[in-house]
Amino acid sequence: MTARLAANAAPVACAHCGAAVQPPALFCCGGCEAAHALVAGLHLDAFYRRRSAPDGALRPDPTPPVTLATAAEAEAGDVWRLELMLTGLHCGACVWLVEQALAAEPDVLSARAALTTRRLTLRWRGPRDRAEAFASLLGRLGFRAVPFTPACLRAADDVETRMLARSLGIAAFGAMNVMLVSVAVWVGGDMGEQTRALMHWLAALIGLPTIAVAGLPFYRSALSALRARRLNMDVAISIGVLATGAMSLSETFRNGRFTWFDGATTLLALLLAGRLLDRMARGRAGRAMAELLALQEGVVRRLNAAGQAEEVPVAAIRPGDLVMLGAGERLRLDATLLAAPGLFDLSATTGESLPRAIAAGVAVAAGAVNMGRAMVLRVTAAAADGSLAAIGRLLEHAAQARGKFVTFADRAASLYVPVVLLVAGATFLGWWLGMGLPWQAALVPAVGALIVTCPCGLAIAVPAVQVVTVGALFRRGVLVASPTALERLAEVDHVVFDKTGTLTSGRHELHPGAWTASDLRAAAALARASRHPLARGLVAACAAVPLRLDVEEHPGEGLEAGGARLGRAAFCGMVDSTDQPTLWFTRPGRQPVAFRFSDALRPDAVAAVAALRALGLSLEIVSGDTQGAVAAAAKAVGIADITAGAMPQAKAARIAALRAAGRRPLMVGDGINDAGALGLAYAAVAAPGAQDLAQGAADLVLRTEALMALPEAIRAARRAQALARQNIAMSLVYNVIAVPAAVLGMLTPLVAAAVMASSSLAVILNALRAERMGAAWTR
Amino acid sequence: MDALIILVPAALVLGLLGLGGFLWALRSGQYEDLDGAASRILFDDPPPPKEPKP
Repeated sequence: MTARLAANAAPVACAHCGAAVQPPALFCCGGCEAAHALVAGLHLDAFYRRRSAPDGALRPDPTPPVTLATAAEAEAGDVWRLELMLTGLHCGACVWLVEQALAAEPDVLSARAALTTRRLTLRWRGPRDRAEAFASLLGRLGFRAVPFTPACLRAADDVETRMLARSLGIAAFGAMNVMLVSVAVWVGGDMGEQTRALMHWLAALIGLPTIAVAGLPFYRSALSALRARRLNMDVAISIGVLATGAMSLSETFRNGRFTWFDGATTLLALLLAGRLLDRMARGRAGRAMAELLALQEGVVRRLNAAGQAEEVPVAAIRPGDLVMLGAGERLRLDATLLAAPGLFDLSATTGESLPRAIAAGVAVAAGAVNMGRAMVLRVTAAAADGSLAAIGRLLEHAAQARGKFVTFADRAASLYVPVVLLVAGATFLGWWLGMGLPWQAALVPAVGALIVTCPCGLAIAVPAVQVVTVGALFRRGVLVASPTALERLAEVDHVVFDKTGTLTSGRHELHPGAWTASDLRAAAALARASRHPLARGLVAACAAVPLRLDVEEHPGEGLEAGGARLGRAAFCGMVDSTDQPTLWFTRPGRQPVAFRFSDALRPDAVAAVAALRALGLSLEIVSGDTQGAVAAAAKAVGIADITAGAMPQAKAARIAALRAAGRRPLMVGDGINDAGALGLAYAAVAAPGAQDLAQGAADLVLRTEALMALPEAIRAARRAQALARQNIAMSLVYNVIAVPAAVLGMLTPLVAAAVMASSSLAVILNALRAERMGAAWTR
Repeated sequence: MDALIILVPAALVLGLLGLGGFLWALRSGQYEDLDGAASRILFDDPPPPKEPKP
């Protein structure tokens, strides 16, 4: 096997996922070894020669697979069809491996994976429950399968993109064929009157249907803008194209020297190409976001009258139902605890970095994670009435307010359109009444002015910069969710950070202290039994310790095994004066020791904060955590302005106050408790690993673990904004030269085509400079 | 100029054929997975023989 032969230098790549491992090991984990054996057993080792996924991306994830059988649809008889979203599908070789591995199953009829949408369509003959077996096969290969959610479907089945592509096809066909006729008219100076009339009619035959059909995306957008009593770029485009069509038809009737169908159709083709590229770049980010959200979807286990757990969708739960919540699972509905006290991680709902013990009968808000044993809760509100839905409604309001943001291009258009119309109108009147030309002839220079100003450069200028920037950010793990996000991001002047999960990674780090290595080993043996973040932090500091089997966990208090106790001060009979997170460890006959922790900052938090400050932004932290924890984090990253113990409403109020004071705050958060503030902020960024609601409320989603992507994104947005302004200025300069020529009637279609093409080319080349800046970041 | 009577319709029909082909490809979903299609052409192995059922 090629992968095995290559394993002689240190360190080597894991033979399955490619992550670095120390020889003589061939695999980074047992999962990869099993996956490799599976692939080799199916004679599919060609996969490893073709693989180009990032290292470590294919490591099998021990997460239990979601129930998939219920998502399968009956096709005919015993043929089932299942649409899955596959995460980990990174390259063509992955597609090949998935399809071949599934095709090797005897009952699979077809398996087809799409790399762009990460969608797997699977058909098989036999029992419905085979879906679980297929999912576990995919899981063992290192791919995680979840049902294709409606959000994914919307992102994948993009009707608008298809419509744009269709229009572009028609416009390109029309433009090329009209050009066939037009060039003949341009060069055929000795062409007879009749032949020219034939040529004009041919051009009209091709050009008019093209203008009518391919321009629809622009006409629709222009109509909706006019209905809202606004002027946008599409109004200018629609007027220009339609007026050119009408004038050319009138010229055809009176057999004028030139018709202008070529200009109108070429313009449409160019603009549609720009718009399609823009749409595709955004669609890619949209699909990646839908993918992140689909991973957080899940089912709830409801206890039925017979006391058995059944998996049902969240929407099917009524108030009063009993639900099971396994260890480590996230609560999806508001509920009260039935029996034994439980330990919940509330960081998503309140921002507290340490879990809290909750007594029986106390309400827990949706979003909390069960850190203790599996337990039963009584649901207090259906999903549509719960706390998450209330936040969702708030966010809708915020999204509407944000939708009213007028982009720079549209602001330019609202000045530009009236001026252009005035110039065209004056030209027409001047030639018709002033110079006494017949009105049909006076139409030619007037519409000529319209089409030459018709914002080819202007309408391509901004999208071109956006396409390049959105694409460059996507490759660096920043998803741009809203079309106006970059522009707003470029204009922010103040950054509000959440602490837990945003500046910090939510993991706790052990500090050096007055304990010995043997103390640590003994304590870590106990700590292995718990999923409490402090216990996890202890184990992380001392990984190679076997688990003690006699450990008993007292939720919210600590752990006990054979007289040794590990836990909070009161549990261990100690008194603690600091509010720093601490685990006490007491053993009979030994000195008690204290392990002190702090919520670990993200590795690049300090650098990211410094970079933001270098961009001229003021910074503050608003967190739901305790004063001590917030102050410690703030000191470490160097932010002076802090608010601790802030409830979700307080966070939103802080943002609202900043906006009322005329600031443009950028909110960076990750939890459900940040969603309100994210929605209200001038621009919002969801931190890596954010909750679905926070992601939905944000303009940008950071997908990589690095916080450094944030200052980079702001820099990119500012640069994009500057380039867009340059482009608009450049296309205006063109008009200063072209418009007088058009008004004086010196413009021929050939000159107009040359002017438009060269101005478009200039702005596109300028936009490409946004990509060059991208190269500078990676250094 | 008589040649135009044949050449122009011929050019138009050929162009329309191309346009029809594009619209058909678009409708049948061939533009849905451009990334996948790009790498798919490199995989020409026949599928592994199905194992006989025990």
